[in-house]
Amino acid sequence: MIKYIVKRILLMIPTLLGVAVLIFFLMRVVPGDIVELRFMGDSAFASKDNLDKERARLGLDQPLWQQFVTWMTGIIRLDFGTSMWTGAPIIEEIKLRAALSFQLAVMATFIAVVLAIPMGVVAALKQDTWVDYAVRIFSIAGLATPSFWLGIVFILLLLIVFHWLPPMVYTPFWVNPWQNMLQLIWPALAVGYRYSAVATRMTRSAMLEVLREDYIRTARAKGLWQRLILSRHALKNAMLPVLTVIALEFAFLMGGLVVTEQVFNLNGLGMLFVESVARRDYTLTQALVMLVAFVFIFVNFAVDLMYAWLDPRIRFR
Amino acid sequence: MAIQRAAASDIPDVSGRRRWLTEVGDFCRHRPLGAIGAAVVVLNLLVGVGADVIAPYDPLATDYGAMLAAPSAAHWLGTDAFGRDVLSRIVYGSRTAMLVGFACAFFGATIGAVIGVTSAYFAGRVDLLIQRVMDIFLAFPLIILALAVVSILGTGVTNVIMAITIPMIPRAALVARSSALAIRELPYVDAARAAGFRHRRIILRHMLPNVMAPYLIMLTAYLGQAILLEASLSFLGLGVSEPTPAWGLMLRGAAVQFAEAAPWMAIFPGLAISLAVFAFNLFGDSLRDALDPRLRTQ
Repeated sequence: MIKYIVKRILLMIPTLLGVAVLIFFLMRVVPGDIVELRFMGDSAFASKDNLDKERARLGLDQPLWQQFVTWMTGIIRLDFGTSMWTGAPIIEEIKLRAALSFQLAVMATFIAVVLAIPMGVVAALKQDTWVDYAVRIFSIAGLATPSFWLGIVFILLLLIVFHWLPPMVYTPFWVNPWQNMLQLIWPALAVGYRYSAVATRMTRSAMLEVLREDYIRTARAKGLWQRLILSRHALKNAMLPVLTVIALEFAFLMGGLVVTEQVFNLNGLGMLFVESVARRDYTLTQALVMLVAFVFIFVNFAVDLMYAWLDPRIRFR
Repeated sequence: MAIQRAAASDIPDVSGRRRWLTEVGDFCRHRPLGAIGAAVVVLNLLVGVGADVIAPYDPLATDYGAMLAAPSAAHWLGTDAFGRDVLSRIVYGSRTAMLVGFACAFFGATIGAVIGVTSAYFAGRVDLLIQRVMDIFLAFPLIILALAVVSILGTGVTNVIMAITIPMIPRAALVARSSALAIRELPYVDAARAAGFRHRRIILRHMLPNVMAPYLIMLTAYLGQAILLEASLSFLGLGVSEPTPAWGLMLRGAAVQFAEAAPWMAIFPGLAISLAVFAFNLFGDSLRDALDPRLRTQ
């Protein structure tokens, strides 16, 4: 067990290193650099001399491999450096944004789970009836509807029906929970719908599979209550793949909400990513990609561990 | 392709075309939802191909006398902030969406399948190396990779296709590899190797055709995803660029700004996206049920 965990953690290193190399060189291939962008406004100062001075200050005059090594040694010491654009420590830049993204992801997960598990279970129990068809159509529609468009529709409905717009300025939960909820519930619903669609489909198919197992038939034959069979025997065993998709979606939400954040004017990680790429803020973009990749890899690892822990039939290799 | 076999044994001596028709008939009868999806997909394709004939107006023609006009007999779905006909733009947008959708799904699933099967075939170190590289791309969130590609290559239809295809490849490779791992152990691969065929021939001619079912399932699943991604990228201003009519682009800027005064600008393009992706998913789901023998027995 311990050996397996250590092996998996060690295997993360080459993947993360690959991600680092990829984003490092990808950013340098993107035309234009931060110095050019910054001096674009006032051409009076944009002499070659000034540009070079600025590049030297940011360490961009060094050879690429040296920049890479500097960055890597920083990461090993968990020092992500400062944002090239604002000069603030990257940890500070990311902290507030990550809090928002995290809260949104938690809320969307909550909505998804509350919708998906009952719907998926009912659809499986009533397979091929109109209930099943309705749930399936509802969930396929959830996969087909772009979350950002659903967000626009929500805003539109609120405007037209209630003549009200959700607050556009972020208030942290601990400052004013009510204001915070009023703002975040809409994007959470928009994203949660798609998310619940993924989870509903998984719940349905996992339940269908489990309900055909012998032990369910045995439980029925010995006259157990239907409800007990469902909760103790079926649902418990069907939850594994559902937990997997929920965990993977959660990892995706932490960094992938680029468009929905734009619609609701939320300063989350997605928005920060778009800004930092647009500004060619190498250090910030690199740190963000590393963060998102790490969350993804870590969640995958956690899912595998959870599988083995919850299902004794799975052995560690 | 178990259906084909079943249908063929029922009617032993029919021509290839007849058999194909029976198969389609079977699919429609047993999977009405899938048939509806397929019909909408075909309709969408026809609209995309015949946009020049179907669209009532030139999608680029501005009419400053009819800016933000509500839906009427002249403009069924209203006009946008430049007085361009929304319906015509949706019709032409269908062309963009279908082009991007089919190109991305085809290239993504095909390249991915070849890489996945190759990885499974060689096994050992080659497999490990390919898997690590795929892991790296998987850890990159899809939209962020697309964002980076578009920032490097610029906007435009071809670049968007590339930006969406690249992140699809590792996902397709993963699926193809796991299917191919089982095939690799089958005697006919050994037989092919014993017969002295080259690796390339065994991979392309013997193994690839046998991962057809997962390949087709991936293809249909990616179609919808590609259309959604294209819409998201265009909405961010990183996809297809103005004045090319594209659904995601139509939702950008003015559509949100004038949402209250002209909600049709925001509603109809979004409905077009949802309907198209919905149809692809409906069709893809039924196809999966029909092709995946494990699910079919249920």
